[in-house]
Amino acid sequence: MSQYFSPFVLPFCAAVLVLLGICIWKYVRWYKHFDRLQKAIFLKNLISWKFIPALWEAFREGILHVRISRKNLVLGYMHRSIALGWFLLIVVGAIESHMAPTESHPFWMGIFFRYFVHDTPSPGISMFFANLMDFLLLYVLSGITLAYLKKVYSRIVGMKKVTKHVIFDQFAKFSLWAIFPLRLLSESLSANLYHNGGFLTQSVGDLFSSSFASTFELLSWTCYSFSLAIFFVALPFSRYMHIFTEIVLIFFRHLGLKERTAKTGFTMYELSACSRCGICIDNCPLNKQLAIPNVQSVYFLRDLRYKRVKPEIADNCLLCARCSSDCPVNIDLMSIRQQARHKQELDTQHNYQYLDNIQPFNAIGRVGYFAGCMSHLTPAIPEAMVAIFEAAGQKYWYMDEDKTICCGRPLMQQGYLNQAGELRRKNIEMIKKSKIQFLITSCPICYQSFKKEYKLPVPVIHHTEYIAGLLQSGKIKVRKDDLKTVYHDPCELGRGCNIYKEPRQILKKTTQLVKAKSEKEDSLCCGYNLGNTLINNEQQKKIRDAAFKNLMHKKPDVIATACPMCKKAFKHSMDFPIRDIAEIVKDNLIKK
Amino acid sequence: MKKIAIIGAGPAGIEAASILAAHNFEVTLFEKSSTPLSNILDKAFLFPSSVAAADLVDELNAKLLHDNIQLICEKEIVNIKETNDECKLFDKDGKTYFASKVLITTGYTIFDAHRKEELGYGIYKGVISSLDLEKMIRHKQIKNSIDELPQRITFLQCVGSRDEKSGNNYCSKICCVTAVKQAIEARKLLPQAEIYIFYMDLRMWGQTFEELYRQSQEEYDIRYIRGRISEASATFDGKVQIKSEDTLIGQPLKMTTDLLVLMCGMEPSPGTKTLAENCQIAGDYHFIQTIDPHLHDNETAQTGIYVAGSAKRPMSIRDTLSDAAAAAMQIMSDCQ
Repeated sequence: MSQYFSPFVLPFCAAVLVLLGICIWKYVRWYKHFDRLQKAIFLKNLISWKFIPALWEAFREGILHVRISRKNLVLGYMHRSIALGWFLLIVVGAIESHMAPTESHPFWMGIFFRYFVHDTPSPGISMFFANLMDFLLLYVLSGITLAYLKKVYSRIVGMKKVTKHVIFDQFAKFSLWAIFPLRLLSESLSANLYHNGGFLTQSVGDLFSSSFASTFELLSWTCYSFSLAIFFVALPFSRYMHIFTEIVLIFFRHLGLKERTAKTGFTMYELSACSRCGICIDNCPLNKQLAIPNVQSVYFLRDLRYKRVKPEIADNCLLCARCSSDCPVNIDLMSIRQQARHKQELDTQHNYQYLDNIQPFNAIGRVGYFAGCMSHLTPAIPEAMVAIFEAAGQKYWYMDEDKTICCGRPLMQQGYLNQAGELRRKNIEMIKKSKIQFLITSCPICYQSFKKEYKLPVPVIHHTEYIAGLLQSGKIKVRKDDLKTVYHDPCELGRGCNIYKEPRQILKKTTQLVKAKSEKEDSLCCGYNLGNTLINNEQQKKIRDAAFKNLMHKKPDVIATACPMCKKAFKHSMDFPIRDIAEIVKDNLIKK
Repeated sequence: MKKIAIIGAGPAGIEAASILAAHNFEVTLFEKSSTPLSNILDKAFLFPSSVAAADLVDELNAKLLHDNIQLICEKEIVNIKETNDECKLFDKDGKTYFASKVLITTGYTIFDAHRKEELGYGIYKGVISSLDLEKMIRHKQIKNSIDELPQRITFLQCVGSRDEKSGNNYCSKICCVTAVKQAIEARKLLPQAEIYIFYMDLRMWGQTFEELYRQSQEEYDIRYIRGRISEASATFDGKVQIKSEDTLIGQPLKMTTDLLVLMCGMEPSPGTKTLAENCQIAGDYHFIQTIDPHLHDNETAQTGIYVAGSAKRPMSIRDTLSDAAAAAMQIMSDCQ
């Protein structure tokens, strides 16, 4: 050991132990906070073939950063060069040190190789490694340079706003940024003295005088070791915890784990998997249209992780899921936001006794139709649905025609879980006793609730899916007219439930469908989402106007949508025609 | 002889034209539609004295016969530019006209109740606007959706005014008393029907309005409920079911009615909006802005361009007529 030891390796070695210790301690503690179901799923699926796709995804996302590259190539390159470059430096460094003909191979040797090993019996191989390692170092340094440039001018990586980091994150970031220039300096100084450098380190080293090199070599390596040590110790407490946690999270997801209605240990993994890249900031309507700077998911998750989240930040979100579709780590941002909203004290003060007076209906052989509270405020939609049922000869039960029970989702979104549970219980009872074949809803909010928050014995479909089915099977026939329509994707239906295809199929069969500027996953929220109760009418209108502008890109005659909330948003204080897809289909029906 | 252009042949335009004509000005009156006074022509009776709207229309039309007034119908002026003490008017087809002063009297339009879809206008036959009811009263025939005499009529105040959601935070001023007037007229035609008015608060600002309101309760048995109607739906027999809350007793209520009359507020007319924008004199809610609400309430920020009537804010016909006279006086004194 003595030959390959110098006191400067001590900070590095100690930090590695500290890092491993803290990470394991944290991961075990978080695992303990899994709820029973999560633990059961984890243990059941632990040993299975699911590891293979998980490994592949971990490599793609943890190392190659494919999803970020899809957002922006330069930003992807920056992340990939640092992650892949550093990963390969470690791997190739380990191989190099193991292939070196030395008596012992202590684990730090790969990191400080050029300081300890000066000449080898086969110069060809050592030159190959020296050049390869130099190339990798250059690759990482190019990423670090981009990171510097991003700090000065973020638009080169396609970002208008970048995250405002807390001091501790800044500290960790600067220690990370110091590592690779110091490594370059140290290896160059050693190359000057021992001529063991590659194309980069040797040419940089030759710039120095040998007296300078021999004076500063040890100091430089010591600084390098300290910068590594500082970064490793800071890592578990800073945003860089995402490096390991993201990979763990990918495995967990492949094992079938997901967020629950309350915060669990899984949430802790998700919080630490956020790299605070800030990609979620630019497209957040609260940032883009209202210039509210501190409520975006990146800040919310950070505050939640450091246990200092304020209710006004948790509540100030439209739940439009625009950030979820942008998030390169695929964190379940909407669920975490709703967990943090739970209003425990207020949640017990309710009286739902009137629910007992609502009687179930025997609807064997029929389909159920649930218009939803919002559709009752846009009566043209249920009217159109009733006309379509009649045209298709469909026997139906209009479940909430007279006595409306809310699906409970707006309460869920605001953190009233018990109250939502009361309503859910009654709706489930009604649906079970009715014996309907399947349930059709007109409101994407109800649809998402029935689909995800209920456990119903019957399938649930949105009316766009139902109408698309009717058109496909020929049960109703429509004519196509010359009206130019554009489709506004409702957040709850699109990003919420992944329904993009059916509405467009219907509109292509009935009208001339044109494209919006941004659509599908990138569509803009109308601003009237029930998720946010803190913004006022004027602010809602600003968000709505941006969505409107986005739809007007190809100068359509009509806006078509599939959500009563969105319809109301565009109808308020606007004269532009806006119609639900059901209304368009009803007007274009060809009578048999 | 100085030439004056007036845009919009409503009560304000005609009144101002006749005053200016009498003082030897040469007036050109532009009207977008095919006849003057089209807004008043829809009305049956005018508050407060229940004079027939047709009488006022006749008197105003008579004023148009002056030799100094030239009426050009079906001509929409879309822009005005002021150069060298002269105003150049542009119509829709790009033709130009010259005048030394321009008076804008392009007026209002009623709020399109389709925009409040929860109230079912255009979806249920039993839901009508105040204008629709006025037409029924003019023909002395109030019918429900299945052409029978209605048993119950319900008025809803403040549709599209004092409403943040529709973007109109202002009070339209005339709807309260219009509902009282229409309810009395409806009572005269339907002695047996129940008549309700849902209101937020009743603004009886004219000297005689309060008395009219009292009479409507004591002599005409009109019932008032404080509360807004949140949604309307159809019943199987063609009636309208409404959901509301009586906020004086704090009880939610549901009732059916044959007719739901929406008292639609006033918005700037499309012509007002166009001119306000093109001449850069738009104020709140796209009405036309005057320089000062007290002493310069007919002048705009553009020299040579004046405004009168409901193009600048919601106004009754009486106020419109006196405002037009004031505008005419202002133009005369500025021309000297």
